[in-house]
Amino acid sequence: MLAGMGPVLLVWLAVCLGGTWAVDKGNFKTCEQSAFCKRQRAIKPGESPYRALLETMELTNTRLTLQLINDNNKVRLLLELYRLQGNITRVKINELKPLKPRYEVPDVLIREPPTEPLSLLSQDENGVVLSLGPESQRVIVSARPFRLDIVEGRDVLMSLNSRGLLGFEHLRMRKDTQADPETDNKEGADPANQDENTKEEEEKVEDGMWEETFKSHTDSKPNGPSAVSLDFSLPGVEHVYGIPEHADTLKLKTTDSGDPYRLYNLDVFQYELYNPMALYGAVPVMLAHNAQRTTGIFWLNAAETWVDISSNTAGKTVFGKMLDYVQGSSETPQTDVRWISESGIIDVFLMLGPTPREVFSQYASLTGTQAFPPLASLGYHQCRWNYNDQEDVRSVDAGFDEHDIPYDFIWLDIEHTDGKRYFTWDPHKFASPKEMLQGLMDKKRKMVAIVDPHIKIDTNYKIHNEISSRGFYVKNKDGGDYEGWCWPGSAGYPDFTRPDMRAWWASQFAYDQYEGAMENLYTWNDMNEPSVFNGPEVTMHKDALHGAWEHRDVHNLYGIYVHMATAQGLIERSGGVERPFVLTRAFFAGSQRYGAVWTGDNAAEWDHLKISIPMCLSLSLVGISFCGADVGGFFKSPSTELLVRWYQTGAYQPFFRAHAHLDTPRREPWLFGPENTALIREAVRQRYTFLPYWYQLFYLAYHTGEPVMRPLWVEYPQDPATFALDDEFLLGRDLLVHPVTEEGARGVTAYLPGKDEVWFDIHTFQKHNGGQNLYIPVTMSSIPVFQRGGSIIPRKLRVRRSSACMEDDPYTLYVALNNQRTAEGELYIDDGHTFNYEKKEFIHRRFSFSNNVLSSVNLEPGAQFTTKSWVERIIILGASNPSTITLRTADGVNQLEFDFDASMSVLTIRKPGMNAGADWSVSLQ
Amino acid sequence: MVTFGHFVLPLLLLGGAITVEVQRPRGVPLSKRQFYEEDKPFTCLDGSRTVAFDRVNDDYCDCPDGSDEPGTAACPNGNFHCTNAGFRPAFIPSSRVNDGICDCCDTTDEYNSGADCQNTCREMGRKEKEELQKLAEIAEEGFLLKKQLIQEAKHGLEEKKTKLEEFQKNKKDLEANVETLRTVKETAEQPEREAKERHLKAWEEQKAAIRLEKDRARMVEVLVELDDDADGFVSVAELQSHSELDPDSDGSFTEAEAQGLLRGMDKVDAVVFETVWNNIKEKYVSESNADIPPPGETPPEETPDIVSENDSENYPDEDIPEEEEDDDDEDDDEDDDMDDGDYKAPPTTRTDEKKKDDDDEGPMPPYDQETQALIDAAQKARDEFNEAEKALREVEDQIRNLEKEISFDFGPSSEFAYLYSQCYELTTSEYVYRLCPFNKVSQKPKFGGSETSLGTWGKWAGPEDNIHSVMKYENGMGCWQGPSRSTTVKLTCGKETVVTSTSEPSRCEYLMEFTSPAICQEPARFDSGHPDHEEL
Repeated sequence: MLAGMGPVLLVWLAVCLGGTWAVDKGNFKTCEQSAFCKRQRAIKPGESPYRALLETMELTNTRLTLQLINDNNKVRLLLELYRLQGNITRVKINELKPLKPRYEVPDVLIREPPTEPLSLLSQDENGVVLSLGPESQRVIVSARPFRLDIVEGRDVLMSLNSRGLLGFEHLRMRKDTQADPETDNKEGADPANQDENTKEEEEKVEDGMWEETFKSHTDSKPNGPSAVSLDFSLPGVEHVYGIPEHADTLKLKTTDSGDPYRLYNLDVFQYELYNPMALYGAVPVMLAHNAQRTTGIFWLNAAETWVDISSNTAGKTVFGKMLDYVQGSSETPQTDVRWISESGIIDVFLMLGPTPREVFSQYASLTGTQAFPPLASLGYHQCRWNYNDQEDVRSVDAGFDEHDIPYDFIWLDIEHTDGKRYFTWDPHKFASPKEMLQGLMDKKRKMVAIVDPHIKIDTNYKIHNEISSRGFYVKNKDGGDYEGWCWPGSAGYPDFTRPDMRAWWASQFAYDQYEGAMENLYTWNDMNEPSVFNGPEVTMHKDALHGAWEHRDVHNLYGIYVHMATAQGLIERSGGVERPFVLTRAFFAGSQRYGAVWTGDNAAEWDHLKISIPMCLSLSLVGISFCGADVGGFFKSPSTELLVRWYQTGAYQPFFRAHAHLDTPRREPWLFGPENTALIREAVRQRYTFLPYWYQLFYLAYHTGEPVMRPLWVEYPQDPATFALDDEFLLGRDLLVHPVTEEGARGVTAYLPGKDEVWFDIHTFQKHNGGQNLYIPVTMSSIPVFQRGGSIIPRKLRVRRSSACMEDDPYTLYVALNNQRTAEGELYIDDGHTFNYEKKEFIHRRFSFSNNVLSSVNLEPGAQFTTKSWVERIIILGASNPSTITLRTADGVNQLEFDFDASMSVLTIRKPGMNAGADWSVSLQ
Repeated sequence: MVTFGHFVLPLLLLGGAITVEVQRPRGVPLSKRQFYEEDKPFTCLDGSRTVAFDRVNDDYCDCPDGSDEPGTAACPNGNFHCTNAGFRPAFIPSSRVNDGICDCCDTTDEYNSGADCQNTCREMGRKEKEELQKLAEIAEEGFLLKKQLIQEAKHGLEEKKTKLEEFQKNKKDLEANVETLRTVKETAEQPEREAKERHLKAWEEQKAAIRLEKDRARMVEVLVELDDDADGFVSVAELQSHSELDPDSDGSFTEAEAQGLLRGMDKVDAVVFETVWNNIKEKYVSESNADIPPPGETPPEETPDIVSENDSENYPDEDIPEEEEDDDDEDDDEDDDMDDGDYKAPPTTRTDEKKKDDDDEGPMPPYDQETQALIDAAQKARDEFNEAEKALREVEDQIRNLEKEISFDFGPSSEFAYLYSQCYELTTSEYVYRLCPFNKVSQKPKFGGSETSLGTWGKWAGPEDNIHSVMKYENGMGCWQGPSRSTTVKLTCGKETVVTSTSEPSRCEYLMEFTSPAICQEPARFDSGHPDHEEL
């Protein structure tokens, strides 16, 4: 199938595939092998050489500026400090007079963040104190050495440069002599002499400042050293999260004994679990949490970045005089974090919470919220590398009907193209794509076809010719079109950082451009790290050029730009009417605005199933809610038990797609015997019954930035027992999921949070008290899921072959009563696929149960939408037996029939029948 | 609130016959009509509860088995019955009722979804009838052919058995013949051997004489060379001038040592020198050659290294991703070429020298007439014996093949026997697939490239009741990080024996569709009516 790949790729494959299943760590840099990381990490905590020049301070209504000077080299920096709306402080540090401009990340913030006034509280020769608003929050700028402390009352929330690790490699003229290596040798041979020669403003030339070689690749570094780094101390904090993407636990580990966490988008072949290596995406956002407060740090830098985390041992530097009143008790736990980036500037947003929800909303105010996906994309996705031809697609589609398993999307990987030329179809295997798409459309189903950003260099390929003639390709260091090897062989990489390139790319999705496409064809962006098979660390050379900027500066943005342009294309092809659905592998802060992500090329192993939970939770915490892992595992072939457990887990994760490597045996759900087919069918059907809840959660995520899939601590922030849990999770507030991820499990122990909560098993309706570890015996059919007492979840129990078939179906309301015998919930309905919700064409209801009355009220009186859906059943968990039940609607009053199961205290109200969008109340007497 | 009527109105179907629908709730098959009696409470078909009849098809699921909602989508586990007049009746899952997709050809599943369904039952019925008729025709003709095949196979088998018997008889004759000729051969070889030995011995003796003569000539030469003062004697001093003769090779050739060589004498004459010569001739270096190093063997070309380089290029297959197949094959070709080169390599220097040595004594003289006659006679006997043995082996092979073929499972009536040693090809856009039943399956790129084995005959692999409907070919060329290629061949009834399609549903697991009359079953009598239509 891969014939036609060139020799370089073959060598790459031989190297990468020939050996064991583990990642070849030697292909990827350690901090030690990354010159700037090594240089910066060599700086140890101590007194900072930086001093604030208070006399340069300028304070306007919206910002404070101040110069910093490095006493070692006399280079001056400019500090800018902003108070942003919503309890965010922004700190920017750049060179005062850089030799040439340094890169500042564009297009990630949804707008220039609105500021709030800063006011000066006090000032002396040691520093200044500014008020950060009403919350008795202040920022203290200490002058000598320079540091920043954010305090609230008597508590220090966060300190910057308190360990003196601020590093800012200023741009400089090249002093080492590339042309005359002998001088270099002489200098090296006589360091004493060199020391003498080194003036204050001249830094020592170290290896890797002007050139760096890794394996066979040389990075020419014409701009020399340009790294930035800064430390943050978090007193009272023992738990930090975020900075995806890493295959690691939810709670981040200290990095003292190994490498820092690395953020550098890379196509890592057969990645290893539980380590800090970089993966496909990077979101430089860290959350810090303790029982009192949640804060966040957003380090807006798109270059290669490393994050060191240490705890308590460090951070005992001298506190400034003005902080003397703050207790420096050695008992106080503290986490210290240090960020190191290769280029750009320091631009950091301190999100001060104090609650998890506020941190989410603060971050959302900067980078936006989750794109509201089409409802169908929350259904089940069937993927494989590759469905061979149209007949294969037809028979897999028929297989789902034959085995009565719902699905919404079938996917085509790279083999569907004509020789890996994206936007084309293999003329033999996919000769009539529209016929195929129409066949799917007839069943209200959809398709996703892959479009990768590497473009086959082939003068008979329209896409290549257009990109080439418009000069849209990324350039190599010498100014020619950059060429790398990828699936098609020799390929060019469009410069997605250019708005004109992105606009052109988007236009290629138009129906008159993308031949064979129809409105039920959506897109998948893979390999957008970018993956370059023969490049350093399987990606692009850092000295490649994006206009004036080096790839070094923009690397982590490439993926988000591809995603952005593709999503825009899908929007434009429908004239702005239809919501796009685009899956991406590479991502950055803000990628949530463009669609879904998945955790890349995982493997059919139990540990990979387990890690899918913390990996998606980490993404959820930094705004990317639409996350999933390949169900079944991409590489290797899962045992039947693993496959079933993966379906059961995936059914309760946001993006639910099965995928498999080309070389693995087929694994459509019905290939493992009737018993396992039934288990998988049941898991997928459970997913479909909860679609109304998923849709509502995604609307909430879109609306507020609250994650869909949540770590328990987000809802129980004061319960330390939840802080490190990552084998279970919440969907919204109301569903607790503890999937079975152990081979041969006979039971699982789930922590049910909340001392005052009760939790109902969604299958048996058994009630359990919160604040306990509950042992749940399991069989192969078990998916331990609990509904929180106090919640109302709308479901659709008439599962059909795709979500679109269920559009008009009636709802069953699951009302789970808490100890106060109350409950609340919401229902969101719209057309499921257009942007008309922006025009308030939707239904948003609030259900509440109290005093034995369940009522539905309109949450958006300004909104208008009609639905055919009605309420067919109300199930009240933890209820008592009423004598009569009365429904009141605009049409009048009538008595309802019901059924009471005394053993489980479950009241089922039969067929109340009111429209889901109507006002109504049901009273129990 | 959504409620619907419970009964299908009696319908008048046009098109010749007038069909009357029997009244019953929507979605109920005729066979279950008696359970749905109007105005009587309805008991769920699993007996779990009884509900008022107005709960039937009221779009709310009351029965755990879904039986109260045969005509709606309310029950997750229900079934809807489509009458499909004009075609075959069918059950569909309740979830397909009113989902906007036309499932029943009579459109009855979409009575409230707004889906624009056309009644296609008659069309489908017609098509199916045609299809069935066609299949029946094929089956009929195929079955006739099959009968023929069985007949042929029977004849073939008998023929083969007869042939086998013949061969076996033949084999006995041949065995006897071989034995006879072996005796003849051995009888002829005895005198041949003796004559050849005689000849060789004579030649050896002759060679020894020549060598002795040469040695004596050289001794005289040396004597003259050593006898510097030409007095006819070789003296100690004269001998000492040849330091290479130093017996202990310690670098100093002493007088005593020289004397020792001269049998204790100061000088020896030509007669005594003859005994001295035997001791020194190995070491002696002629004065005329003294400066020239002795002709050592120049080391042969370092062929072993070249060979090992070749080996290293010929890396094991498992290291090569199988996508590389084409390149791989090219490599193989190159290797083959190099191997050929090795075979054709010129003979080594050593052989040359040997030849030269032989030349010293000249070639062995030809056999005398008598010996040659004996040799020729023996050779003839040998040839005849070999010929006979070869004939025997051939017959044995044929017997083996026949026995294998006779014992092969060619189906209950040997109807598949005709496929034996045949091959069938199918050309797709990329490949030529080749099925040689009971032997192997292979794939060859259409536009050049080498053949890939997709498996060799494994076994019949159909379901228990029809094991001869599927063939399995296994252990083809290995797949990267996977099993070796295998092919499943599905046989269907057809007049012709053809490979109709190939696919690779899973990586390296091929599927071939193959038609053959041999799989055709005796056709059931085809009735032109609708015997399975229960609605009449």
